[in-house]
Amino acid sequence: MDFSTELIIFILSAFIGYYIVWGITPSLHAPLMSVSNAISGIVILGAFSVLNDSPSDLISTICFLAILSASVNIFGGFAVSQRMLKMFKPHQNKGRKK
Amino acid sequence: MNIYSSPLINLAIACFFILSLRGLTFPKSAHRSNILGIMGICLAISISLISIRHQFLALSAIVIGAIIGIYISQKIKLTALPQAVAAFNGLGGLAAFLISCSAVLEENSDIIDTPVSAALGIFTFSGSFIAFAKLQGLIKINFHQISQTINIGLFFILILAMLRYAYHPELIYFCILSGISFILGISVTGRIGGADMPIVIALLNATTGLDSAVIGFVINNILLITTGALIGVSGMILAYIMCQAMNRSLFSVLFNPKALQTETDVFDNDKIIKTASPADAAFIMGNARKIIIVPGYGMAVAQAQHVLKQMAMLLIKKYNVEVKFAIHPVAGRMPGHMNVLLAEADIPYEYIFGLSDINNEFSSADVAYVIGANDITNPLAKTDATSAIFGMPILDVSKSKTVLIVKRSLSFGYTGLDNPLFYADNTLMLFGDAQKVTAEIVKDLEHQ
Repeated sequence: MDFSTELIIFILSAFIGYYIVWGITPSLHAPLMSVSNAISGIVILGAFSVLNDSPSDLISTICFLAILSASVNIFGGFAVSQRMLKMFKPHQNKGRKK
Repeated sequence: MNIYSSPLINLAIACFFILSLRGLTFPKSAHRSNILGIMGICLAISISLISIRHQFLALSAIVIGAIIGIYISQKIKLTALPQAVAAFNGLGGLAAFLISCSAVLEENSDIIDTPVSAALGIFTFSGSFIAFAKLQGLIKINFHQISQTINIGLFFILILAMLRYAYHPELIYFCILSGISFILGISVTGRIGGADMPIVIALLNATTGLDSAVIGFVINNILLITTGALIGVSGMILAYIMCQAMNRSLFSVLFNPKALQTETDVFDNDKIIKTASPADAAFIMGNARKIIIVPGYGMAVAQAQHVLKQMAMLLIKKYNVEVKFAIHPVAGRMPGHMNVLLAEADIPYEYIFGLSDINNEFSSADVAYVIGANDITNPLAKTDATSAIFGMPILDVSKSKTVLIVKRSLSFGYTGLDNPLFYADNTLMLFGDAQKVTAEIVKDLEHQ
């Protein structure tokens, strides 16, 4: 894939993000930070990619550490978001009962 | 340098992430956004795990990381949410930096993308951990002595090192640019504190996102580019919204935090402070028609949101008072901090209002109940052009007939500024822990 195609994808994605995030209600800005932070752990794929064709021990070790910290980011991030979003939930259930 | 990825599966994962963020538009759909995000990332990880070599190594790292991450997230207190987000964000940056390092060591990496991703990654890492340490209270000082010229100078050296590396891709230049970026993370974040903190957190969120995108360029992975762009933009918009709420530009927050006043000689002993007991406060509130509650970081620290809800409900049901909550965009230490806590206490959304929606209602309110908030109500922002917060939109609590301020002591807000509101004629101070004071008010309201 050439650079210009990648750049096009990058910019179009940025536009999608722009319109989505402006629509988000301010009361959910904290979960937004937390969820998007967890999703940014997708960078773990980069470590997989390097690991896939790495022969040396040094590179494997670095990749191991990279996967480890990205994994803490992903799982910790989603678990924290879950805790935050749970707080926004019970009130809705009551609303439905009414 | 490629892992197996089918374009259609990548498309599906990207859609999961887009829908996940979209789910946060309304509180009703918010709970599904986390699940969509988890589904997306699980799909991405499992698809690539199937196809790569060294699966066992990768899988064991993931499992160990998952155990650590979930353990930390369950163990932290709710007040520690901002620093938890900062810490996890820092680890994301560290991961991106390590990936760039290994790509460089592999010696077939791109000479432009890789240094950028390494610099962004290590900047995010050191910046996030300074932010974490500040929020956790491990570091109390601000590095004000680091002048902005040094930061800007470091930034230019960083650019030069990158250019140098692009022409002579030697390891030494890579080390230099990483080191400078690491220091830059510390020195930029180190100077920022207090009400500027939400901006820093949002900005560091953006840098991790952008870094994922840059790594996507390094390894030619469309999914990383798409996701990184989404998150980068999201973080930048959040930072922009926070900046607007403080009437500052992003540049001035990063490179030129306004000089804070020295903390000596600000207190004038001649100023008269009127104090009130919780019983007085209960009497005033019980006879009011309209009360606006202004929560701040102090409420988060004291965990006063539950008892605050009791108070609000009692006032509404027993005394027929109109109660509203006013939330300043930068109240607390992360974007939307107060909303999370009020939601935890199960306070209905229809009682909660943002700055612009409620600010002209203070003049018709009988009581403004300020609990643990300081700088966001400080009239100096309007009157004193020399003050650090001049120009920041504030909640006009002083326009209400009576202002009740719950505070532990007469200490300053995070900006270190005195607050003339405390000495105003219509202000009554209630000294004490936000939770205890409010609990006593609730008791008095019940017996009145």
